[in-house]
Amino acid sequence: MNASNECQGLGPRPLSRRELLKSAAAGFGWAAFAGLATASARAETPSPLSIRAPHLPARAKRVIFLCMQGGPAHQDTFDFKPRLQADSGNAFGGRARGTHLIGSPFRFQQHGQSGLWMSELFPRLGRQADRICMVHSMRTDIPNHPQAFLQLHTGSAQFVRPSMGSWVLYGLGSANQDLPGFVSIGPPAQLGARNYGSAFLPAVYQGTRIGSGREGSSDAGMNHVVNPRLSSAQQRRQLDLIQSMNRDLQSRTAEPAGDIEAVIESGELAFRMQTAVPELLDLSRESKATRELYGVGDESTDSFGRQCLLARRFAEAGSRFIEVNLGGWDQHQNLESALRKNCRALDRPAAALLEDLAARGLLDDTLVLWGGEFGRTPDSRREDGRDHNHQGFTMWVAGGGMKAGLSYGSTDEYGGKAVENPVHIHDLHATLLHALGLDHERLTYRYGGRDYRLTDVHGSVVKALLA
Amino acid sequence: MILSWAKLFRPPRRLPAVVTRNPFHQALLLALGIGLSTAGVLADNGDASSPPAHWAFRRPVRPTAPAVQDTDWPRGDIDRFLLSAQERAGLKPVGEARPEELLRRLSFDLTGLPPTPEQVEALLQSVAGTGGTLTESAWASWVDGFLATPAFGQRWGRHWLDVARFAESTGKERNHTFPEAWRYRDWVVDAFNADKPYDRFLREQVAGDLLAQEAPPGERGALTIATGFLALGPKGLNERKREQFVADLVDEQIDTTTRAILGVTVACARCHDHKFDPFTQRDYYALAGIFRSTETCYGTSGDTQRNRQPSSLIPVPSEPLATRVPVRRVPPPRLRPNRPAKGTPADALPADNRHTNSLAMGVRDSRVENAFLLARGEISQRKDRVPRGFVEALQQGTPVRMPTGESGRRELANWLTAESNPLVARVAVNRVWLHLFGRGLVRTADDFGRNGETPSHPELLDHLAVRFMADGWSVKRLVRELVTSRAYRLSTATDPKSYAVDPDDVLLWRARPRRLDAEAIRDAILSASGELDPKPLHGSLVAQLGDTIVGGRLRPDRLAQVSNHRSLYLPVVRDAVVDALEVFDFAEPSLVVTARDETNVPAQALYLMNSPFVLDQARALARRILQSPKTSPRDRVLLAGRRVFGRNLQEFEVRRALAFLAREALEPGPSGRPNGPETAWTLFSQSLFASAEFRYLR
Repeated sequence: MNASNECQGLGPRPLSRRELLKSAAAGFGWAAFAGLATASARAETPSPLSIRAPHLPARAKRVIFLCMQGGPAHQDTFDFKPRLQADSGNAFGGRARGTHLIGSPFRFQQHGQSGLWMSELFPRLGRQADRICMVHSMRTDIPNHPQAFLQLHTGSAQFVRPSMGSWVLYGLGSANQDLPGFVSIGPPAQLGARNYGSAFLPAVYQGTRIGSGREGSSDAGMNHVVNPRLSSAQQRRQLDLIQSMNRDLQSRTAEPAGDIEAVIESGELAFRMQTAVPELLDLSRESKATRELYGVGDESTDSFGRQCLLARRFAEAGSRFIEVNLGGWDQHQNLESALRKNCRALDRPAAALLEDLAARGLLDDTLVLWGGEFGRTPDSRREDGRDHNHQGFTMWVAGGGMKAGLSYGSTDEYGGKAVENPVHIHDLHATLLHALGLDHERLTYRYGGRDYRLTDVHGSVVKALLA
Repeated sequence: MILSWAKLFRPPRRLPAVVTRNPFHQALLLALGIGLSTAGVLADNGDASSPPAHWAFRRPVRPTAPAVQDTDWPRGDIDRFLLSAQERAGLKPVGEARPEELLRRLSFDLTGLPPTPEQVEALLQSVAGTGGTLTESAWASWVDGFLATPAFGQRWGRHWLDVARFAESTGKERNHTFPEAWRYRDWVVDAFNADKPYDRFLREQVAGDLLAQEAPPGERGALTIATGFLALGPKGLNERKREQFVADLVDEQIDTTTRAILGVTVACARCHDHKFDPFTQRDYYALAGIFRSTETCYGTSGDTQRNRQPSSLIPVPSEPLATRVPVRRVPPPRLRPNRPAKGTPADALPADNRHTNSLAMGVRDSRVENAFLLARGEISQRKDRVPRGFVEALQQGTPVRMPTGESGRRELANWLTAESNPLVARVAVNRVWLHLFGRGLVRTADDFGRNGETPSHPELLDHLAVRFMADGWSVKRLVRELVTSRAYRLSTATDPKSYAVDPDDVLLWRARPRRLDAEAIRDAILSASGELDPKPLHGSLVAQLGDTIVGGRLRPDRLAQVSNHRSLYLPVVRDAVVDALEVFDFAEPSLVVTARDETNVPAQALYLMNSPFVLDQARALARRILQSPKTSPRDRVLLAGRRVFGRNLQEFEVRRALAFLAREALEPGPSGRPNGPETAWTLFSQSLFASAEFRYLR
């Protein structure tokens, strides 16, 4: 074993503080090796948010997650089921179930060279079909919103676990130290902060909430980033005084650890964020054409359009994981009218996001993920609604090294259960991490005596989705 | 941004096996001087049938304190153990911290509050009379003074509340409030103030309801409230299947109980035998039977429309009228015919509203049964029933016979806190050490299993553990012993020679600088501004808001409407922790937390720079200082320094402050006229709050 430990008689402790600081990534389970190679050349105390090399060659550098809370009906959006249309109204599943099949009220057509099917609700997204990779065979464990929503975000409906955005930030660090690396824009308030929480991962990896679902994104803001009373000049002079006090303390104590240095740095960073974050949130800096592309200013698309445009701005600025939220997909009734409204809110902003990212050369290394916590049943007791379905539903991905124009997996002829190539949420997580260059089995964190992963003991990478 | 790694990533971790087992990586690591420890890294599969090989599973035996060369240095056995190890490594402890640094350290450590300007004054006067040194008797009287204040329990009770994952709501997918949870909080604070023996403190939380049967009537209420420990966990009330809900509830109770009391994780064994520690699936289901024979009463019956698993609460017996607090009760819920879910006593629900007694969260015995072993932990995969019992590998002496007429929690409580239990006292003293020295003797304070680290000073740990038990499990006496050691009074100064040998200060040759925790930062700001309401808050904001759903009818921002009581009394709502706490690494209230993070993130700087709370308190401090009878600007600056830093500012600091104040007072405000002294003083006061010195203990 290590000779220096033996001769100094310092006991069984494996790493000294200085070695720990030098090795930088030793705290990051998996990254010890990768970190050693790069960190020794850098400063003595690198930030936990500094960029880290992934395990594997990465295709994507960041994720934008278009999160559809409520469980969008796949049979009416992206999973075309002609047999369901044909058998609409027929009794289903025997007397005990007492339901009948509900054909989609919407027409479907194929789009682009890939010929992906989409319903008439997506005139603009249809034109992006050749950028999209459909996964029609998604599965999750529990057909209840809150649990399934948690599983979608953290892998576990049952235990308190870090959100996938926290894992990604932990694994890769942030490319912009002036901005939060993981943001959730307009998350549904009633489902809780756990969906963007870091749980046992260090707090620096937790998601920063921008606005809430209730406020909508038009007044999206970040806590305490603007001073309500002081001018910027006053604050700068005040910060100068604070920093001179801090430097006195630093010279007085000759402290080898970087605690005071950290206070000094985070004060400067906070001061920069006061400028950077409001600038980033200020959509008036975008051209009129861009805002129109996203549907900003049009009542039906304004809120989600702003979110998608913000997502692009965060992606461009270097954030790792950006989640935007469009809720209200829980159509137990009013399927036709409510879906029309939702899809109108979704279609233009989502299409604009793909187009805009591609135009800026960002789509190649930005993985866009679309989907909700589950899908919906082909049948119902009602005439105009569908119930929760965790056994088969559709999500789609685009960019970031995913196979464009692919239709992967399928549900049965009515869109009930995933039958061909089922993809569990754990598999999706594993694939997502893989695209980012992270091995889901090696991205671990030690807590309470155990190494934890986003995928727990599950998940396998769906290689077929990778370009 | 630069963070302190060793602090941020507590406990410092081993390299993962994937790295350490790879010969190429090993060679590289060795080349870079990175040590590998065999313990835990290489395969170490325990055999549960052999006598415990793992140090923490063997009973602590009291060692004799070692001899030391420098016999003048130690004040007691703690110092002897520490110095002996230092001498062997060729280290010399640094000198003592300055008196005002020590007072600030002691005051925050024991009460969570800064010393008052009057206390600072008194200290400086007293040391002036003894040649600048703080005598042992003077120190002892400061220690005893702080131990005797109610603030001690508020501080040390909060440490336990971190471990007990205390919160006033269910968290999870629908966040129902617990309007009665504060009673448990107050019970914990009272227990620390009364110096309730720690073993008794634990037993009451596991089996207070059963102990109440033999207790004098006046104590029964408190004993009921103590079992709130088992009822406070996060709960997914949206669960449809009763059986699944119960399995998860029991799992949470096993997990919290074993982590909080024994510092090991038994709940891994729900699905399979533990991978590293000798805990089997049968152990888990033996414990599960005890908790399955227990009814958990957590309330949340206010909204049965959206609550699939409501429960009753327990009337607090024989509570003196004077201590009653009105808790907002909703009208009796309209129960749907098919609610409550199967297995819940249906008549218990509306009855809550008829009680004139106060109600508490807690547990009581229900039908006694042994639990089925569930393959892979799945409720659909029942195997045989496992007789109720404890963890086999930690079993001491003859197995305890489980009663047929009781759940077995009484026996569990006794087993957990028996002096023959190898873990309970070690885990407890290690935590006390952690809170006073910034790091445990076992650095992985939340894991005493095989994956945890071995103690830096095994004999000292055992010495403290055995003494703690022999000394009647008195937390106050233990704290007193630690803070009256010479080691506690070391300065944070460093020494190049020692640093070269032990840069991480494993052998405690210097004191660790520590960041104040969230409550201490807020309380110290309120204390400095003079706005702190030091009285205990009887009740809670959540009690006033009543039985409701956070994020639904109750908007989270209502929780921010708080008083100026100590931060202990802020509402603790899962997933909606108030900013003042959350930005400074408050313990995640859904998890058992032994040591909090100590981060330095920009969100903290933003909070101190821009939050209305800090701006308001800065103005309050400014006004207080401007209104003080001291008229010279110089004296005012000195007063501000004493209020915020607990020391006299040096001459150059005073001059710098005066220059800043003069300039800011003359700067033109929005109207074009000079801002004047109040604005200048507000800016200055805030800069003190935002400084590193304020946030750190040296």
